[in-house]
Amino acid sequence: MAITVKVIRRPEAARSSYLRAALKGMSLTFRHMVNPHKVTRSYPEEPTELHPRWRGTHRMEVHADGRPKCVACGLCPTVCPANCIRLVGGEDDQGNRYPIVYEIDEFRCIFCGMCQEVCPVEAIHVGQHFENAEYTRERFVYDLDRLMEQEHPVTALWDPSDPASE
Amino acid sequence: MNELSSTAFLVAAAAKVLAVFTALMLAIMYATWAERRVSAFIQDRLGPNRVGPFGLLQPIADGIKNIIKEETNPATASRFFFVLGPMLSITPALVTFAVIPFAAPLPTPWGTVDMVVADLPIGVLYILAIGSLGVYGIFLGGWSSNNKYALLGGLRASAQMVSYEVGLGLSLIPVLMLAGNVTLTRIVAEQQQLGLWYALPLSLAFLLFLISAFAETNRLPFDMPEAESELVTGYHTEYSSMKFSMFFIAEYAHVITASALMATLFLGGWDIPFWKGDNFFLHQGELVSGLTAAGESIPARLSVWTTLLTLGAFLVKTTFFVILYIWVRWTLPRFRYDQVMHLGWKVMLPSALAYVMLVAGSILVLEELGVAGGLRLGLALTAVSMVATAMFAFYLDRGRIITGAAPSGRAAGARAANP
Repeated sequence: MAITVKVIRRPEAARSSYLRAALKGMSLTFRHMVNPHKVTRSYPEEPTELHPRWRGTHRMEVHADGRPKCVACGLCPTVCPANCIRLVGGEDDQGNRYPIVYEIDEFRCIFCGMCQEVCPVEAIHVGQHFENAEYTRERFVYDLDRLMEQEHPVTALWDPSDPASE
Repeated sequence: MNELSSTAFLVAAAAKVLAVFTALMLAIMYATWAERRVSAFIQDRLGPNRVGPFGLLQPIADGIKNIIKEETNPATASRFFFVLGPMLSITPALVTFAVIPFAAPLPTPWGTVDMVVADLPIGVLYILAIGSLGVYGIFLGGWSSNNKYALLGGLRASAQMVSYEVGLGLSLIPVLMLAGNVTLTRIVAEQQQLGLWYALPLSLAFLLFLISAFAETNRLPFDMPEAESELVTGYHTEYSSMKFSMFFIAEYAHVITASALMATLFLGGWDIPFWKGDNFFLHQGELVSGLTAAGESIPARLSVWTTLLTLGAFLVKTTFFVILYIWVRWTLPRFRYDQVMHLGWKVMLPSALAYVMLVAGSILVLEELGVAGGLRLGLALTAVSMVATAMFAFYLDRGRIITGAAPSGRAAGARAANP
């Protein structure tokens, strides 16, 4: 089979100037070279600004005496679509329910924020935090103590009267 | 000027070789750094800025990485030539620098030391001879890899370098005619005596040499041998770790040598403009700064400071060309292969030939008119060359310098009316 060549006519190319276009490009790159547009954020030095409703690492709120606010009602493991919360509830002498085991697997979590929405006592929150790298998988299962130690700001819930968070 | 004794000559030569080699390797390292930083700025990025202040230690990190990386040898490669390729590529790139004078002669207690590794009487010929050897390394590397892309890259490299060698050599002829010499130190001295750098009286030769030098160093817009969008990376597709690094070093060594060569031939080498204190030339075996009206020679006043200042001037000029290389690379797109050949054989070669005739004729006519040398000859040649350069640009641009790249309004309207 013979090789055929299709010639595409380009009148614009024939009508234009090489040198002018080349010099135009050179001047454009020169302007960027001496005065680059600053668009890169030097991330670790300049921390990112997170939106108030940005959902990240969980955090457990605590009472003034250091007890977790959680009442072990079991709503968050029920609502969790990723099934990443393990809760074993207990009851003390006064009949106050408290979590014996409260673990969140941050690897399974999809950060939907439903646990925070469903919590009746505003105990569990998703937070504005994402720098949670670890060396082992096991370290990503946050237990109760670890969740209570978190200090980052918590995520603001969606306000129906201000749907765009303005 | 007092001659060096043979022992002092050997010591000085060894010291110069060591100093120039070290400086050249350092310059190559920082040329790669500059390439990445400048390209980043052009593209509104930051570039490597983590290793050391402003990323200045990045080339060292790259070097360590390349040395400790695994070296792969393709099973079907021709082993001997595969190893020989990078060596043949890097050696000519490094030894070319030997004949380039980089500063005014340095006075020492043992005599005057020329600031050039080897002041060959045939400097320009040496550069042309050694410079064209670089293609062997690239071609051998491409062929011995037993890889179709590498082979294509090697073939393209040889075709391109052979083609542009012609333009390169012919664009040098006007320089040699005007200088009357092929020694690079003499060419620098002649530019000082003329009072004009050859970029002005020989502007078209400068332009042609610049284009050819870009092609010879295989840099964009002439990086046919690499052409990563067509040939993976061309001739060094199969190379890894330090062998790849040697090709890389060779490319930058070529860039720096070509920059230094352009600075020497067309921008007065180490000459500092508008300053007579660094103007020396050899007159009857003596280094003189000028002749009196009676023909008596005025001995040159050399000093360490003059040497350092001229070294600075040389570095500034060379850096300018290196930056120009990088700037052009990150601006212009790659030529198509047939366009490269077309430009080389049908534009550069005839233009360079015609320009040789023009310069030769002009010098002859001017000498007949009694303008034998000096600034008047330079200015007259500048005027002639300006016209020639304008004509060349007009021809290169198919007579469309005025028209912009965008289609004109009338043509666009006509197209809309006639779908």
